[in-house]
Amino acid sequence: MKKHIKLTINDNEYELLVNPNETLAQLLRGSQINLTGTKQGCELGDCGSCTVLLDGKAVNSCLVLAAQADGCRVTTIEGLSRNGEIHPIQKAFIEQGAVQCGYCTPGMILKAKSLLDVNPNPTRQEIREAMVGNLCRCTGYFKIVNAIETAANTIKAQEK
Amino acid sequence: MADNISKGEFSIINSSTIRKGVPEKATGRAQYTGDIVLPNMLFGAILRSPHAHARLLNIDISKAQQLKGVKVILTGKDVSQIKFGHSPARFDETALALDKVIFVGDEVAAVAAVDEQTAKEALDLIKVEYEPLPDLLDPLTAMADDAPLIHPEYPRNICQEVHNSVGNVEEGFAQSYLVRTDRFSNKKTDGAMLEPQACLANFDLNGNLTLWTSTQVSHYVQREVAMVLELPIEKVRVIAPYVGGGFGVKASSGSHEVLASMLAMAVKQPVRLVLERAEVFIRSRARHQYFHEMKIGVSKDGKIMAHEHLAVLDGGSHASLGIATVYYNGSMLHAPYAISNLKYDGYRIYTNKPTSGALRGHGAVSNRALFETQLSMVAEELGIDPVEIRLKNMLQKGDRTKTGYYMSSFNAKESLMAARDDSGWQQKKGKLPRGKGIGVGSSYFVSGAQGAIYRTDIPHSTVMIKVAEDGRGVTVYTGANEIGQGSDTVMAILTAEILGLKVENINVISGDTALCPIDLGAYSSRQTLMTGNATKQAAEALRDQIIKKVSDAFKIPAADLKFKDGRLLGTEKNPDMVKDVRGRYKSEHRGFSKLVDNGPLSFEEVTRWVYAGQGSILGTGTYTPPELQYSKEWKGSIVGASPAYSTQSCIAEVSVDMETGQLTVDKLTLAHDCGLALNRQSVEGQLDGSMCHGLGEALYEEVVFDQKGKVVNNTMGDYKIPTSLDVPELSALVIESNEPHGPFGAKEAGEGCIIPVIPAIINAIYDACGVLILDIPITSEKIFNGLQEMKKTGDRTYIYKPSVYADKIINRAAELRG
Repeated sequence: MKKHIKLTINDNEYELLVNPNETLAQLLRGSQINLTGTKQGCELGDCGSCTVLLDGKAVNSCLVLAAQADGCRVTTIEGLSRNGEIHPIQKAFIEQGAVQCGYCTPGMILKAKSLLDVNPNPTRQEIREAMVGNLCRCTGYFKIVNAIETAANTIKAQEK
Repeated sequence: MADNISKGEFSIINSSTIRKGVPEKATGRAQYTGDIVLPNMLFGAILRSPHAHARLLNIDISKAQQLKGVKVILTGKDVSQIKFGHSPARFDETALALDKVIFVGDEVAAVAAVDEQTAKEALDLIKVEYEPLPDLLDPLTAMADDAPLIHPEYPRNICQEVHNSVGNVEEGFAQSYLVRTDRFSNKKTDGAMLEPQACLANFDLNGNLTLWTSTQVSHYVQREVAMVLELPIEKVRVIAPYVGGGFGVKASSGSHEVLASMLAMAVKQPVRLVLERAEVFIRSRARHQYFHEMKIGVSKDGKIMAHEHLAVLDGGSHASLGIATVYYNGSMLHAPYAISNLKYDGYRIYTNKPTSGALRGHGAVSNRALFETQLSMVAEELGIDPVEIRLKNMLQKGDRTKTGYYMSSFNAKESLMAARDDSGWQQKKGKLPRGKGIGVGSSYFVSGAQGAIYRTDIPHSTVMIKVAEDGRGVTVYTGANEIGQGSDTVMAILTAEILGLKVENINVISGDTALCPIDLGAYSSRQTLMTGNATKQAAEALRDQIIKKVSDAFKIPAADLKFKDGRLLGTEKNPDMVKDVRGRYKSEHRGFSKLVDNGPLSFEEVTRWVYAGQGSILGTGTYTPPELQYSKEWKGSIVGASPAYSTQSCIAEVSVDMETGQLTVDKLTLAHDCGLALNRQSVEGQLDGSMCHGLGEALYEEVVFDQKGKVVNNTMGDYKIPTSLDVPELSALVIESNEPHGPFGAKEAGEGCIIPVIPAIINAIYDACGVLILDIPITSEKIFNGLQEMKKTGDRTYIYKPSVYADKIINRAAELRG
């Protein structure tokens, strides 16, 4: 028995029928929505590759049922750009060499956004603590932490 | 700097370039294999054996066939039984098992259905009757004289044995002041790249197969699929889209690629097959479990006189890349040091476990961990500083190892000294309080292999470069594989440098067997040097071709013409020709903006003019490794022969809680001679990644099996790779040299860097607390147990040895060696 849900994905409103066992990650990547920027690395909530923002909070979208997102606001990596401009976190990741294979990157960037939204001035240690649920095999996290620091400074400068 | 590197002449090389594809990855636009959807696409799934070793009696698919949405089910009797594998010398795999399964996870049936859920439900409905056979889950059982045989043609299940020696070890040991013997073991580890293996197969109505796959080796996959499906090679097009990491895992042959193609062929619809994470642990032929015994002899002043190595590798079910591994394990060991007397005996054993193969630092991680640990131990016994004993024995540029490998550039000493100085070694070593320690390790690695996987005379890399007919842009076509390591960007940098363009002017099409000339792919750290050389040659051919045309027509000596900053400098010496060519270009481009008004002709103006006269402008280049000299005495030393060797040293600093054994790695410093760094940001990223990967293998990583041969920790939660909180302070030092065989002096960057990290950590722990761990991964529990033993005995040191079981395996190998 399918369930009827209403939700907002990247500022677009949707009314959808979803399977009761369908995850949010499957919904986002599937034929109804086709936002494949959300990656799946484990489907068990271990790797963080499928991180999206649900009402502004970072979640592993493989651990959220699509039906649970009823009435919620979802932001995926595709929804982070504004007026054709990429987000300062994306810009910093690109410029600082924080992206290698890139499979963890969308989840990393969204997790970083959820951090900077509540803590605009994180220390390096706070960044490392916030990112602990997002695994990366390529970078050793060093340039990722650098990029998040840079992005935090850029965002602060923009807001002044 | 030991070598002459003139860097002033470069515009792009040696700076930091943002990698190709990175903006796409950071915005979610990059399509990985599992993101691609074709009309009418089906979803594949594989039924795997629950038994490690069993006869396959019957497969009943009738119930599964009745499930709505199931389109096709294949079993062993339905499909080609042509054997494949990694090396043609040892094809021992079939796409689906026919009469026997030989590991938990062996492929028994494949399903294609309308969606993933239906495909997986169908697997549950397939009834398979097995008759369990005695399973051989460890090399000791498998090596028994009366052991049942997993592959009947290999007695005692010895997949491959290697016996090498050079010089005279007996004499060497006799002349030694100190001889030390140690045993060591690691655990099987996984690649744990974030993107699981995935592929998508589609046949068109003319029988042409297109296979998108997350691979490091498009060319080998094309050959394998064509061979097994009995298709002409040209009917198989393999495309590697964005690849989410590989680390060696995606360089081995994959039954999933063959199976997806078989399903697509049977059902005449596209079939996408994405492995679940649990399957990744079964199918990834990553690092072997090794059991080593090493004997080292040194003179009183620390010169290494002789070295002997006995090793057993738990190979798992198939040969795959493991034949190369057991050779590498012997050959990729002794440098970066000069040693005259060497001996190696290695045995790779078939067992009823998932196959092992290659992982970052292939064949040179576990063995070199013990080597470097032993070297530090003999230094201590001799009262020599561990850095000094390394400097004393290190090879330099121009040296050749006894196994025949030539160091055409080799800043090993410079790398070690840089790590020493950057880490403050001299202020710390021997001066730290109990519980704090510092340790060192050094290493080297190949820049590509001398031999291809199959015997062939073809170039290892062929590159074609074409100028767009409208002049606005250049495309590099290479069969090389971009897997996240930055290979496409390296080719773009080389091309842009030679043609005086910007990296963003260069389009790179890679890993597509239909569009690109052959390249052997991303393994053994070969692409920067080999594909890079072919790219350089192609770009230079293209450049010279254009310059010759201009020189002839403009009556300007070729030597006076130079591509730089998007212009052909020197053309202004013939103002009439410039005016003519520019006038034509402008009249062709009425309404276009940003046209050039003055100065030398632009790249677009020149190439459009050349195109008008001759048609397409192409440059091609190839690379074949030179006939390298390697030791005929050291059998199989072609495995390990390379046109160039990188070298690297790591210094680790740790803290150990002397009561609980809790270990903290405080800092890693890694210095790496990668030749000339073509893209500094990429090289730094490789160093960071290697330190993190090495930390994981040193401290956490282990594929755990239960007593029936099933992987227990088959999730990213239970198989622990380092997180952002586990990584200490990292210092990455790019030490350069000028490698004569590399493009503009470049060579391998970043794979060999994993190697010295593990022994540096082991040595630092010993320095901190006196516990020497010779059984990795290191755990705080092992350290604690060592500290407890020391309390009991009152000793200042304790050696945590591999298990009794490991001892028995090594003893058995010693018995076989005789």
